[in-house]
Amino acid sequence: MSEHEYQPKSKFGKWFNDRLPLLTLTNHLTDYPTPKNLNYWWTFGGILTFCLITQIITGLVLAMHYIAHADMAFNSVEHIMRDVNYGWLIRYIHANGASMFFLAVYIHIFRSLFYGSYKSPREIIWILGIIIYVLMMAAAFMGYVLPWGQMSFWGATVITNLFSAIPLVGEGIVTWLWGGYSVDNPTLTRFFTLHYLIPFLILGLVVLHIWALHIPGNNNPVGIDIKKPSKDTVSFHPYIVIKDLFALLIFTILFAAFVFYSPNVLGHADNYIEANPMVTPAHIVPEWYLLPFYAILRSVPDKLMGVIAMLSAIFILVALPWLDTSKVRSAVFRPLYKQFYWILVADVLILGYVGAMPAEGLYLLIARIGTAYYFAHFLIILPILGKIEKTTPLPLSITEPILGGALNAEPARSKENSQNL
Amino acid sequence: MLKFVKYFSLIFFLISCNIVSSAENAEKLLKTDWTFKGPFGKFDRASLQRGYQVYQEVCASCHSLKYMSYRNLSEEGGPEFSVQEAKAIAANFEIPDGPNSDGEMFTRPGRLSDKFAMPYANEQEAKVANGGAYPPDMSVLVKARKGGVDYIYSVLLGYEEPPQGIKLDDGVYYNKYMYGNKIKMPAPLSDGLVEYADGTSATEKQMAKDVVSFLMWTAEPHLEQRHKIGFRAIVYLIILSILVYFSMKKIWSRIETEV
Repeated sequence: MSEHEYQPKSKFGKWFNDRLPLLTLTNHLTDYPTPKNLNYWWTFGGILTFCLITQIITGLVLAMHYIAHADMAFNSVEHIMRDVNYGWLIRYIHANGASMFFLAVYIHIFRSLFYGSYKSPREIIWILGIIIYVLMMAAAFMGYVLPWGQMSFWGATVITNLFSAIPLVGEGIVTWLWGGYSVDNPTLTRFFTLHYLIPFLILGLVVLHIWALHIPGNNNPVGIDIKKPSKDTVSFHPYIVIKDLFALLIFTILFAAFVFYSPNVLGHADNYIEANPMVTPAHIVPEWYLLPFYAILRSVPDKLMGVIAMLSAIFILVALPWLDTSKVRSAVFRPLYKQFYWILVADVLILGYVGAMPAEGLYLLIARIGTAYYFAHFLIILPILGKIEKTTPLPLSITEPILGGALNAEPARSKENSQNL
Repeated sequence: MLKFVKYFSLIFFLISCNIVSSAENAEKLLKTDWTFKGPFGKFDRASLQRGYQVYQEVCASCHSLKYMSYRNLSEEGGPEFSVQEAKAIAANFEIPDGPNSDGEMFTRPGRLSDKFAMPYANEQEAKVANGGAYPPDMSVLVKARKGGVDYIYSVLLGYEEPPQGIKLDDGVYYNKYMYGNKIKMPAPLSDGLVEYADGTSATEKQMAKDVVSFLMWTAEPHLEQRHKIGFRAIVYLIILSILVYFSMKKIWSRIETEV
């Protein structure tokens, strides 16, 4: 690969590159050795970068027309939708872009869970990812408040009120967050400021996330360590770039279908009613991507414990690399883990479903079982599984299963020279 | 087992999405053949013009359209009245303006640039005139109700005698489709209530369909443009995806033979 390594030719180029090797950084990025067997689940990193950039660009344009004031926010959004040139397009891209962002991030996270990408030596990548995810949720929540519709207002009221569960100082903290005695104009303006700030924090963390990734290199569907560069790797450019681009285009088709043909289907109708502190909506529900956590929050009868459970559900992921005691990364070689993995997926979907329903009767019971299982998966099943599970033999290199022809279908076929862990 | 769990979770997910979107509406909403539905949907100009007439003659006495301007009536993708017609419509309304050089407020005939005239001076006046209920602004009404156009259409046609055992206060009416079934607006439409200039028979259903189409336009004035651009964008993306797919195959063939 070194034969097409770029070196600056001009005198100025050389002078500059000697002082800041920005020009030859591209060599690292293009030659970066990547496992050749990455499947399409690995294309979501690129897709997420695209989502972030899209949100930042459309957000900048929206911020030029939006007015962060309790009396004018709703009006200014309607102004964007009606009178700003292509304002409707920009706003619908931004609003649906948030959902697309979360769709992609959930696939990205669950890919990591399936193939054990969080395990040594990639713990820092994983933890940075969790921080990005938490910031994304904060940004999305505050962004949802900005149109100042009924769900904006009441969603903000419910979520900020969670802090009142903190003993002694809770009420004071809530007043401090609101900048007053209820969600009002000061709340809106500070949410707007933070909503503008967070994406740039995310951008910085994404740089670190990628930096940390480029130290050990990508995990891969087989989950074994590979020699780099070798027959098992390809250069990032053009092989991975073109594959990421293809996956991104397919993703943007889905994105466009939402933006152009059902732009409001993922939102809540009540948010087209201007915020009214005197009228509470029948059901206050967050956006779909927060529903599993909302279900966990409501499944605990005590407010403080509910908040702790919800936060633990997110931050337990930080400990995941140490909770999962199995040495084998990929679920392909872990027959038991694979089943528990899919049960977890189903559990999170069920939690999301009951999160959208009223917290009563059967729904509440399901939410409680789902919550208990969620924690059991991480705290009980994973640590034990690593000790008792009999994993299937791992191949020695990536090239081997590719030659064998059946990587994902029947990986259990044992080979004489396989290494048994 | 694995396959089963996979498909089960997928199917569960799809069904749950479906339930979430259709839950709570015990009564099945009335449907009609909306011309603006679907990827190629467009408004029916004549229907929007009739709908404007219904709005103006029936709804406008209580319901405002505060985000709409008279100029919108002649803009592309809407009812597309001619500019002359829109000017004439605007001139029918007295719009408050001022202060003038003597420091006094005054009214003048409406212009294209004016917002639609408001039926009430303020929310309190609107409430007093309507038995304590505030007639909501209708600019984005169809987007602000679950069920959208079908829901508004159904409510307009859903008035009936209350079932036995339900007592209604004075000024409260029973509506099959309204959330909670109680509504403070009396049945607004009846056959022959307006006289359409184009000779269309003004049945209750026809008027409901026309006015709801009109409200869909006020909520989404750029709907036609959105559908048009969307079709082009998606065709473009599909063609580009195909090209990139074959480029990808070509590039990857270099190493797949090498292995």
